[in-house]
Formats: sequence, C-alpha cells, structure tokens
Amino acid sequence: MARVVVDVMLKPEILDPQGQAVANALPRLGVSDVASVRIGRRVEIEFEGEADLERAREIADKLLANPVIENFQVKVES
Amino acid sequence: MKVGVVTFPGSLDDRDAARAVRIAGGEAVRLWHADSDLHGVDAVVLPGGFSYGDYLRCGAIARFAPVMESIKKAASNGLPVLGICNGFQILCEAHLLPGALTRNQHLRFRNREQWVRVESSATAWTGDYQDGQEIYILIKNGEGCFVADEETLDMLEDNGQIVARYVHGNPNGSMRDIAAIRNEAGNVVGIMPHPEHAVEALTGPSLDGLGFFTSVLKHLSGGSEKE
Repeated sequence: MARVVVDVMLKPEILDPQGQAVANALPRLGVSDVASVRIGRRVEIEFEGEADLERAREIADKLLANPVIENFQVKVES
Repeated sequence: MKVGVVTFPGSLDDRDAARAVRIAGGEAVRLWHADSDLHGVDAVVLPGGFSYGDYLRCGAIARFAPVMESIKKAASNGLPVLGICNGFQILCEAHLLPGALTRNQHLRFRNREQWVRVESSATAWTGDYQDGQEIYILIKNGEGCFVADEETLDMLEDNGQIVARYVHGNPNGSMRDIAAIRNEAGNVVGIMPHPEHAVEALTGPSLDGLGFFTSVLKHLSGGSEKE
C-alpha cells in the first residue's frame, strides 16, 4: 500500500471565516502573537499498488478540491 | 408541461418543489439521482437539502450522480434547470454556473424571511417578474456566501447574469449581494433563497416564489420570451 497525501487550502484571496473564528479565540488561551489562522483539509489516499501521483492529482482536481476557491498539493508519504 | 424534481440522498425540499410545480399548473415528475433517464421532462428543478450529507463540500458528490450527467447534457441543449439552495451549490460544483458557495461569513445557519430584488427577468425561470421587482421569500442556509474572482463577478454584471440580489440586508456575506445567477444562455438558474416555500398563504411568507414556476411553464409554451 502506498499513501498519497492531498492538502487542500482555500486560496489566499478567499475569506476563511472558520480560521478567523479560531484566531479570535486564541487570546482566550493567552496567545497574543498569532497574526492569522487559515483552515484547510488533509486527505489521505491509499493506493493498492504503487503511489500514483498523476492519478492523485486528477482525483484532487476533479473531486477533493474546488479549483474556483481552493488550491491543493499532493505528495507521497513515505 | 412536465417539470422533473430530482431527489438525491439527503434532499429535503423535493416534495415542496414538486408541490410548487403543481400549484403553478405543471406536472411534477420525480427523478431519482441514480437513474440517468430524465423521463421526457421539459425542465428540471434541483431542490434544497443536504445531498450526501454535504460531505467534502456542498454539492461536490451530487455532481457525479448519474442523473447529473444527463442534466448536464440536456442543459447544454437548452433544458431549463433551476437549482435552489443545495441545487445551486450542485450547479456550481458541476460547472453549469460559475463561482462557488461557501460558509456564511458569520458562520451561523441563517433561517429567516428575506427581501430579494429580481435583477433579470430574461431567464427561463423569471419571465413573470419585472426587472427590479422586490420579492419576499425564505432563506435557510449555512453555505450561501457566493464567491468568485473579480473578473468573473464583472463578467456576470456585464452580461446581465445576476438574476437576483439580497436587499435590506445581506444574510450571508455573498459578494455583490448575489442571491441568484444564470448561465449565459439563461436556461440554467441557481438561487440560494427558496421560492418553492413561498407559493401558498398557509405556509409561506408571501406568494412571491410562485413566479419561478409559472415563468418556466410559460417559457416552455413559448409565451414569455424576453431578451
């Protein structure tokens, strides 16, 4: 089995209200030196055989990420 | 005239949409997500709800349902399609409409009555309205914030593809107060508020939503072509 990790993040210009809500909660933990928080999604894909990065990219582009609002990166996890 | 209403796993408003079609004088045909046959319908409504539990992103999985393949093909040949709420999200995910719908800016589910201004009566679904007419219908969504890049927003404005805007307050942070858009041809419309819940005095805040359903019936019988 080979695992490919897909990281999906909102594009920088897209507002992330969840990240903002988390950032606004940090002072309550006594944390005051965080400038911003942005939240994304990590997806782990297990291939039956070899890790297929091309196929993973296709899956990410067609389903896991919405290219209108999100960017993604794929990497093989060793 | 036969108007199909699709049921996905997790659809909620399919019965209300079918009822609205009947009240408007059409025949409602229930379509099933796993059946690619459109059963000879003249138009299609994608109803509200939480298809596939809204997993991954709202509408992201419904887009791959067998019925959607047929709807995509038929829409490119002019089939009128109306996506309401989750249906709007599905149309964006299926690239039948530009942009995307994201989490409400205030992070809360918004469930209330809402004023909306119809900006374009030049669609298959809005011919019975006047441009600029304000209507009072329901909104109920957690992911109703329409976003697109500036270029796309300008294109929508320039082509008259913004079908409706929120007025007297934006309930979710939608860019340029967008509540509904259409494709270039005008046969595909996505709207976040719920016209199908405003068709009867007993249960709705007004009867203002009925126009979407009477419009498409007129459009199909060749009655109200406005360009």
